[in-house]
Amino acid sequence: MGLTIAEKIFDAHRIDRPAEGIEAIRLDAVFCHEITTPIAINDLAARGKDRVFDPGRIKAVIDHVTPAKDSKTAAQGKVLRDWARRHGIADFFDIGRNGVCHALFPEKGFVRPGDTIIMGDSHTCTHGAFGAFAAGVGTTDLEVGILKGVCAFRSPETICIEITGRLPEGVFAKDVILSIIGRLGVNGATDRVIEFHGPVVDAMSMEARMTLCNMAIEAGGTCGICRPDRITVDYLWPFIESDYADRQAALEAFKRWWPDPDAVYADTLSFDVSGLEPLATFGYKPDQVRPVREMGDVAVDQVYIGSCTNGRIEDLRAAAAVLRGRRIHPAVRAILSPATPGVYRQALAEGLIEVFMTAGFCVTNPTCGACLGMSNGVLAEGEVCASTTNRNFPGRMGKGGMVHLVSPATAAATALTGRLTSAGELGH
Amino acid sequence: MRNFGGKVLFLDRDDINTDEIIPARYLTEMTKTALKPYLLEDLALEEFDAARDLAGVGAIVTRANFGCGSSREHAPWALEVNDIHLVIAESFARIFRQNMFNCGLMALTLPPEAIDRLFERFGAHSTHVAVDLQRMRLNFTADGLAEQVPFTLAPFDRALIEAGGWVEYADRRY
Repeated sequence: MGLTIAEKIFDAHRIDRPAEGIEAIRLDAVFCHEITTPIAINDLAARGKDRVFDPGRIKAVIDHVTPAKDSKTAAQGKVLRDWARRHGIADFFDIGRNGVCHALFPEKGFVRPGDTIIMGDSHTCTHGAFGAFAAGVGTTDLEVGILKGVCAFRSPETICIEITGRLPEGVFAKDVILSIIGRLGVNGATDRVIEFHGPVVDAMSMEARMTLCNMAIEAGGTCGICRPDRITVDYLWPFIESDYADRQAALEAFKRWWPDPDAVYADTLSFDVSGLEPLATFGYKPDQVRPVREMGDVAVDQVYIGSCTNGRIEDLRAAAAVLRGRRIHPAVRAILSPATPGVYRQALAEGLIEVFMTAGFCVTNPTCGACLGMSNGVLAEGEVCASTTNRNFPGRMGKGGMVHLVSPATAAATALTGRLTSAGELGH
Repeated sequence: MRNFGGKVLFLDRDDINTDEIIPARYLTEMTKTALKPYLLEDLALEEFDAARDLAGVGAIVTRANFGCGSSREHAPWALEVNDIHLVIAESFARIFRQNMFNCGLMALTLPPEAIDRLFERFGAHSTHVAVDLQRMRLNFTADGLAEQVPFTLAPFDRALIEAGGWVEYADRRY
């Protein structure tokens, strides 16, 4: 019987079956940030177990609230910083080098096909874009990961999603994943891995694949996974060139993780995106989506471009293409948070930051901040935000605020008009 | 092992997410007890009033996909410090469910018909539930009403509850 990608990865990492249907796997990496890790660190210390399984396999970043906004967030950063120093965790990213974890760690080459990764963050599913099994966990799982390099999961079941057709101009990976979530529902992939296949995925950049996999959790998915291919190899090449004779050799090695042709899936779904148009969420759940075209009467107070979903350089390029030479609507506050220092630098080099600032955007440092209403653009009661982030839950960006999830191009067009608008409506 | 059961809070909605259980603005707290006043502060459910409805509660009965969204273990912790050690639902999001058992708390799944029946029979009454781990039954009682509902507990989940959580279990075994 053939195996899925996740089953192959589990086969290569399994160390125990503690009970029927449960598999304990060895972890290649444990990622940490300052919101969920400090409590794990303090708890390990209180249990007399202040140890780490392998400092080289732990990567840590202060990203959720940075620079610290108050004494409490400063203390969270300090616990993580002191711990990283105490245990010789070399890959620790502090002010000046820090960015949104799920954008920063791939950029640093920390994710490889076939890897197993956990983090105390639900959007860890992003890293499946590289053909890895990467899952968000709670603080207790994180604690055991830090201590033992082990995590337990149910044996993975996988949904195969084939994305076919041709993505229309002005429609992006964000629109694709919103449409998929709209069809699956917020519970449609619970406890399952989603494999993304098909010509549309094959043609996507790593950044677009990360956007796709990032929101697998919004359908309840454990991880979104793309098959590693030449595009994966090219992205990773600077980090792996000493490991393989050439790119073709790397690709051949990565094919080990491709699903078998007779792999058994829990479900197989097909999406033809040829007729897809820009989408936005309309309620308090990410599966409540409809065409932006039908939502033109929704006025917004704020536009936010950034996050682990859509804060990468391609996202900034797509937004800047809409904004170039224009100014945002006077009633709109617009915020750009490039997801990493690397993205920020690249945007500066390409003149994109100039475009955003001339249009009237506030450009902030890389941080998760506003996406979950912690800092850097929190909404007031009754305010509305068009946002390139991933969650529109009640209160998500601020108590009593309303969030409409959109692509960077739609966010930019919306900033110009002050109401939900697709770039196409402005002639893009 | 903890005490499971108590006065029941019925939450009649699918997809209650962890941002509603404990909003992100309180994730700057580094102790569980500090989360206590904020449980379900952003719950989008008409007529729900946290201050009034959470008084004395020991268990929650709710619908599908409880605990979806963020991985924050602050959600089970916020329940725990409010003495709610048991959630009974039609289904749970993966991470939330695992977090509950990892903390030695219980997230029990019942079939949709059983959940429907509990809402119909007990939803409007002041209801208590007791967990009988020997007979694997939930005993619901309300003024004059009583019902026994069988449940199952996977061996791994039971092992975590008996071990007092995943850290102790894993540190002994691996």
